[in-house]
Amino acid sequence: MARVAMRGLNKMYDDVHAVIDVNLDIRDQEFVVLVGPSGCGKTTTLRMVAGLESITGGQISIDEKVVNELPPMDRDIAMVFQNYALYPHMSVYDNMAFGLKMRKFEKAEIANRVKEAADILGIQDLLKRKPRQLSGGQRQRVALGRAIVRHPQVFLFDEPLSNLDAKLRVQMRVELKKLHERLGTTAIYVTHDQVEAMTLGDRVVVMRDGRVQQVGDPMDLYNQPANRFVAGFIGSPAMNFAAVRIAAENGSLWAESADLRIKVPAPIAPRLGRYAGMDATLGVRPEDLRIARDGDANDMSFDVAIEVVERLGSEILLDVAAGSTSMVASVEPTVTAKVHEKLRLAINPDRVHFFDNQTEAAI
Amino acid sequence: MIEGAPWRRWVFFYVPVTAFVVSLLFPFYWMVITTIRPDSELYRPWSAANYAPFWTTRPTLEHIRDLLSETLFSTWMLNTMIISLAATAISLFCGLLAGYALSRLKFPYAGLIGTAIFITYLVPQTLLFIPLADIIRNFKLGDSPWALILTYPTFLIPFCTWLLMGYFKSIPKELEECARIDGAPRWKAMVYIIFPVAIPGILSAGIFAFTLSWNEFIYALVFLSSPEQKTVPVGVTSELVRGDVFYWGELMAGALLGSIPVAFVYSFFVEYYVSGITGSVKG
Ligand SMILES: Nc1ncnc2c1ncn2[C@@H]1O[C@H](COP(=O)(O)OP(=O)(O)OP(=O)(O)O)[C@@H](O)[C@H]1O
Ligand SMILES: [Mg+2]
Repeated sequence: MARVAMRGLNKMYDDVHAVIDVNLDIRDQEFVVLVGPSGCGKTTTLRMVAGLESITGGQISIDEKVVNELPPMDRDIAMVFQNYALYPHMSVYDNMAFGLKMRKFEKAEIANRVKEAADILGIQDLLKRKPRQLSGGQRQRVALGRAIVRHPQVFLFDEPLSNLDAKLRVQMRVELKKLHERLGTTAIYVTHDQVEAMTLGDRVVVMRDGRVQQVGDPMDLYNQPANRFVAGFIGSPAMNFAAVRIAAENGSLWAESADLRIKVPAPIAPRLGRYAGMDATLGVRPEDLRIARDGDANDMSFDVAIEVVERLGSEILLDVAAGSTSMVASVEPTVTAKVHEKLRLAINPDRVHFFDNQTEAAI
Repeated sequence: MIEGAPWRRWVFFYVPVTAFVVSLLFPFYWMVITTIRPDSELYRPWSAANYAPFWTTRPTLEHIRDLLSETLFSTWMLNTMIISLAATAISLFCGLLAGYALSRLKFPYAGLIGTAIFITYLVPQTLLFIPLADIIRNFKLGDSPWALILTYPTFLIPFCTWLLMGYFKSIPKELEECARIDGAPRWKAMVYIIFPVAIPGILSAGIFAFTLSWNEFIYALVFLSSPEQKTVPVGVTSELVRGDVFYWGELMAGALLGSIPVAFVYSFFVEYYVSGITGSVKG
């Protein structure tokens, strides 16, 4: 069990600044997920923690001990790779035992630990096989087993589920979560899949272009995204954005464009005051849009035309156009809207977001 | 496989394959038939009525017997074997370490050094033997197996290094990284993980190196002079061609027996060898 801290972490590859000023404090027993689009520096960050990549600037410490110069073997971590990296010439048992043998454990202790891990993961019957005789899901388990037999201080995962088919991925996701609850080992998990990030992480770190955008528990990221990027990245389908101009009128603020005109809800109006007369971006999630009823106030709704209807069973996604602005609305499955129909959508006033156009920060 | 009508399979597969196999195997057939043909048939003029170059009705082992009793052939075989094995072992050892370093370690000018090693392989032996002869003389190694054991690596090491470098590059680097996280220092990760995984590549390099040394001619011809030090290719050609007299039967018997060890090595490792050439390790 351990805390991991990164202070002003930087990584330069020749001319690529892959990781920029990352500060992160990971608590004991915490499951932290690094998420972000391809090439944002997640893997690089993880590999620096593992000691596989040299650190250009800053500091990494595990349990208050600076590990910058420590070789991987002395950091007491275990890593699960995307391609599993099972040793192809060794049986499953030997794969799992290798780390313990290298650390000169007693034979009996090795056998105990491998058996324990195999029981946890349900791979007792596979111990004699070679990796090439295993299915993808089984290899995944062996890779996990190899990590847990060592009882390391920290688990590092680099997209461990991305080689599995969709169904197995969901299943392994649940197992990983259970495994973490059972072992309680601090874990850093890298993925580009925001659903994985939200479901697995005690806290989620959203990265872009080498920088941390926001750190928080999954619901915080969802409810209070720090900037437009996080807002668009977290949540599926993604948040809708509309370019608007903030106008002050009769003592209240309005967000308006050629396509819609919304009254800025009173609780957030003070923060938007200084944007009066300026452009900003309005953000609203598909699930915070609904079909307007007769009683709805006009100042929180707008007219749209339906372009595509996606029936997902539990909900219906309406791809709509308000003038030149495209949006997606998630509505109840009982709605019988058809393509090309016109209707009026209402916004949940408690869940409107505004973003600064220059800094992209949430207002 | 070729799809479609039977005639397509004939035209594009069976006929070319047959032609290929026949033209490849014919020299070996010629070698065998000449070995077991009695002298009276061998030197019969082509215009004779019973001239039959492609078969014989009276096979004999007399050439093989002559080769083994009248010449130092068994000594040559032993010499060649010792020299080839030693040169291969030295080259494989150096090639393994160099190939690993060039493909896996980050150090300045790694690419340049790799290219430089490859360029040394391109220097023709027909040029290189001149300065090498000087060195051999200075170190007083002439006319001893060491002359070859130490000079063959000049072309075998670059060869092994390049072949193994390519093979190591095809092994996912995560394997080694995982081993190092698992607690293995670099050299243990190399010995316990990378080398076992690279066995097909190592065997291919070894087989190639062995064959190259076994068949090597120029250095053996230049650096060795006394008959009892010679290798098979040089011994056979120098001792069985006297002036303009060619002892064809013994020559071919020597070629036949001399190629047996190589054929044996190939057939033994052929599966590894093929997967070594085509590379790639499954995870
Ligand atoms: N060995 C390297 N040499 C040079 N540049 C590299 C190297 N490894 C990564 N990079 C660069 O560093 C940046 C971050 O890469 P990284 O692998 O950390 O991304 P990632 O977030 O893991 O992306 P993905 O989701 O695609 O795995 C990228 O721009 C990449 O091109
Ligand atoms: Mg990555």
